Amino acid sequence: MTPARSVLAAPETGRATPRIRPRSTLLADLGPTIALVVLCAVFAALSPQFATWGNIRNILDSAAVLAVIAVGLTFVLMLGAIDLSIEGVMAAAALCVALLVANTRNDNDFGFLAIVAATALGACFGLASGLLSTGLKIPSFMTTLGVSAIGIGVATVLFGGVQPSITSPGVAEWASGQWFGLTRLTFVAVAVVVVGVLIERYTRMGRYARAIGGAEEIAYLSGVPVRRVKVLAFAFAGATYAIAGIMVTIQLGSGIVQAGVGQNFAAITAAVVGGTLLSGGRGGVLHSIVGVMIVTVLVNGLVLIGVSPYVQRAVQGVIVVVAVAITAWPLRARMRVVK
Amino acid sequence: MSAVLSVHDLRKSYAETRALDGVSFEVRRHEVVGLIGENGAGKSTLLKMLVGLVQPDSGRIELRGRAVKMRGIGQAGAAGIGMVFQEQSLIPNITVAENILLAAEGGAVRGGVYRWSDLKRRAQVQLDKIGSGIRPDAITETLSFADRQFVEIAKVLATEERTNAEPVVLLDEPTSVLDRDETEILFAQIERLRTRASVVFVSHRLDEVLRVSDRVYVLRNGRTVAECTPGEVDEAALRRLMIGRDLEGSHYGEEDQRPPGDAVRLAVRGLTVRGVCEGVDFDVHAGEVLGIAGVQGSGREEVCRALFGARGVKSGTIELDGKTVRPRAPRAAIARGFGFVPAERRSEGMVGTMSVAENMTLPHIGEVCAGPVLRRGLERRLAETWIERLRIKTPSAAAPIGALSGGNQQKAVLARWLVSDGLRVLILDHPTRGLDVGAKGEVYRLIRELTASGVAVLLMADSLEELIAMSHRVLVMKDGRVTDTIDAAPGEKPAPLEILERMI
Repeated sequence: MTPARSVLAAPETGRATPRIRPRSTLLADLGPTIALVVLCAVFAALSPQFATWGNIRNILDSAAVLAVIAVGLTFVLMLGAIDLSIEGVMAAAALCVALLVANTRNDNDFGFLAIVAATALGACFGLASGLLSTGLKIPSFMTTLGVSAIGIGVATVLFGGVQPSITSPGVAEWASGQWFGLTRLTFVAVAVVVVGVLIERYTRMGRYARAIGGAEEIAYLSGVPVRRVKVLAFAFAGATYAIAGIMVTIQLGSGIVQAGVGQNFAAITAAVVGGTLLSGGRGGVLHSIVGVMIVTVLVNGLVLIGVSPYVQRAVQGVIVVVAVAITAWPLRARMRVVK
Repeated sequence: MSAVLSVHDLRKSYAETRALDGVSFEVRRHEVVGLIGENGAGKSTLLKMLVGLVQPDSGRIELRGRAVKMRGIGQAGAAGIGMVFQEQSLIPNITVAENILLAAEGGAVRGGVYRWSDLKRRAQVQLDKIGSGIRPDAITETLSFADRQFVEIAKVLATEERTNAEPVVLLDEPTSVLDRDETEILFAQIERLRTRASVVFVSHRLDEVLRVSDRVYVLRNGRTVAECTPGEVDEAALRRLMIGRDLEGSHYGEEDQRPPGDAVRLAVRGLTVRGVCEGVDFDVHAGEVLGIAGVQGSGREEVCRALFGARGVKSGTIELDGKTVRPRAPRAAIARGFGFVPAERRSEGMVGTMSVAENMTLPHIGEVCAGPVLRRGLERRLAETWIERLRIKTPSAAAPIGALSGGNQQKAVLARWLVSDGLRVLILDHPTRGLDVGAKGEVYRLIRELTASGVAVLLMADSLEELIAMSHRVLVMKDGRVTDTIDAAPGEKPAPLEILERMI
């Protein structure tokens, strides 16, 4: 309490406000974490290999790329918008970085600058999505789908039929190194997540994104620069997809158009399962990360308990639908319109 | 005393309707000014103009002696005019502190980075001004409705520091959603505001306006028609000024109220909707209007929605003409002769982009179909019959309903239930909301005609006066239970206070 307050403190006519959290919010907040714990417990019971240090490292390393994507995507979802440009942006960034570091296709060798350039390219794609949605008032569903196609197109042109493999010794060496038994890329992911949480909690952009998702019209009428925040959110998201694309390229050692295949579905699923709802204003970066862990643990655990690879995808799908149904359960009502 | 805010001859027209037709008034320092007028008198247009949401066609707004042109709420706030909206304007999923300082965080945000402790401290200063114990870090949606209104007031007061001048607070029907205790707290708040701000209090509850205001302006048809001082006028005088003619007995058509039939049309026993109402019992006779009184949260809307199958019922029985029914969905209820006119016309009552004819036949599409095939000609003729009978003003049956005026939209929405001969129970949730006096009169006449033909009507009305005048009996609900049933036969109508006491 500051001194100013005790001077100003007035008799309380307003009633004390009990901080009751509606049950639905509580479930949306804690549910995913509980689900993750339960999932881990079940897999640990079914497979002795699951709860080993080696496997936990495995899970963390394989969650890295999806986690980076989810951080950016969370801000877009928090606005109440959607972003389907992940695959395209990742492809373009993958080819961009592969062709700018020392590679088998040309004589470029820009080193770290290549990574900066590819990230900037991703941010530009995001910027385009944002400007198209806010300027032309086209739903983000459509603009980002279009931008994704543009990204794939750009990547295909850059690919030009011959796969660029990275020859830079620095990159290969850096990528193969480990800290504390985890790949360095995992630490990149952790850094991105930390930055994401800080943006969400402590910056105007992050807080406004949540406000816009809560009630866009009111935010606009209160003088919040709605358009600018939206464009920034898309640009930031684009940059994170690009970082994810670069990570995949470094892992593979070459740039391919398919760098981001399947990530649209995986990332949106992870965010929603984690409690970042598509209706906007709910959840957050850490929610989405819990979702990422759920999805990753699921894939890992199904392999370990010996589920046939042929049915794994279907089982994943079933579990995802069930998880989303449980998250949405407290919100259902007869007259609730779902589109 | 000099005027803090003065308005001179504001005018505004939309297409052929004149929303404002020469409004002038002034607000002095530390004064509470009441602004009254019927729906459509121009109150809301005027308020929106003062905060820059609507631009006047002509006229002047002067703030502290200087002419100003408002371009939006942000700018109005920067100049020191803030509005507490009737439908609240707080963002539900962020903290109280953020809402109070939204888009005006000042030094609490440095270089785009939030400084939470500073933000909370600044918000606390505003909350202290109104002596509220609301915590600045509470999530807004967890607060009660009344508390949220205080947060809105605190938000308006936050303009004080920015402008270094005492703000003008516009309160748009602030009591319409509050219960009696909450209203008293609000009035105490207004007294407190009086020492540091000027207040414009808009309400259609005349007793309240007379109680809190220093001066009252009366608006009628977009014009200021009178300036009164409470103490010199009474409610009746204000009402005459508002309506511009004497009483409204004929308005409600009370003399057309016929005694209901003996047969019980709808019998409800022990109706319970989870978390909303418990053990609700009542009967409605054929040809009877049963008014349901109750404040927000009394459960009356939910009871009606449950009857119509739009909400799940936990237990209880519903008998229609002696036969037990269990409406599982609106479709099943419609098939048994229920009709429902929701309060939110635009979002629930009609499909704005569809034509008048399509809207009318929507629930009973079978009547204009031959098998699976829609007979457009038949649909059009049916619609035209009702357009003529209800005197709906529309270019044609094929015009989109969204383009009609509110009153004509509502008549078309009512017509959809009249199209079928099988209508037995009609549920009306605030059927005259947002309509002008003339259109209201026509809706009242229609309700009288319907009951004369034997339809049972459940009515929730905008005001107690309307409810009492239209009903044969009034069912009073409080906290999900029926507290009383009061007879309201013509000539022996109960006083509003009698019902109000049982509501709260």
